[in-house]
Amino acid sequence: MSKYLFIESRDPFETNDVRDCYHLIKDLSDSGHDVVLFLVQNGVFAARKKCKNSELDELLKKENIHVYADDYSIDERGINKESVYSQINVTGMDTLVDFTMEDGRKPIWH
Amino acid sequence: MSSLNVLIMDPPYESANTATVFRMIDSTLRKGHDVTVFAYEGAAALSFKPQKGHPNPVKGTSEEEEKHPLSKDFVEGLFATARENGREFKWINCGLCVDERGVGDWVEGPVRGGPQHFVEAFNNCDKTLVIATR
Repeated sequence: MSKYLFIESRDPFETNDVRDCYHLIKDLSDSGHDVVLFLVQNGVFAARKKCKNSELDELLKKENIHVYADDYSIDERGINKESVYSQINVTGMDTLVDFTMEDGRKPIWH
Repeated sequence: MSSLNVLIMDPPYESANTATVFRMIDSTLRKGHDVTVFAYEGAAALSFKPQKGHPNPVKGTSEEEEKHPLSKDFVEGLFATARENGREFKWINCGLCVDERGVGDWVEGPVRGGPQHFVEAFNNCDKTLVIATR
């Protein structure tokens, strides 16, 4: 079992590349790997409960996928933290650094 | 303590990637890790010393009131943070990218290098993060 960190900086409605990234994360999860998905920049738009995004919904149901959203990016975009999926932890840059530097976890920026 | 190697490519004032990577490097240094940055392509201009702030005629603010953030100041700030926290911080500007853009006059701290230095850092650092342009 490997550990991955995906840093998703893009809005899923900006490019279909984001959905491809979500699919890769799901495939890794289905193969038994532990995955952290950290949303930053426009990537945090997907964190809103009202956002129709079935691919992210699927990821949130998986036990070995942990989803976080950058608080700075959330605030910058005027997103109310109450409107974020309860399964998504809104946190700061220190958390992202902890995951990046975690022994054995592979960081990937998208 | 571990070390992080980061490759960045976005030029100043172009992408939110720049602010995020500055925040990330700052936090990494404060947490006690060493950092090497390889500034490739447009990112070679991030440390360009002649960058200047400007007034904002739309808002009617002067240069002083506007306090326009300059990427060269953030680069200098990261060196200061590394010193304060006793960490090793390297900023390598791609030499060919610098020459192409005429941005060789940079703030104190960065050094000139080439892709071989990125490979060297890749081999020596615990983690590597590549932040490509879109």
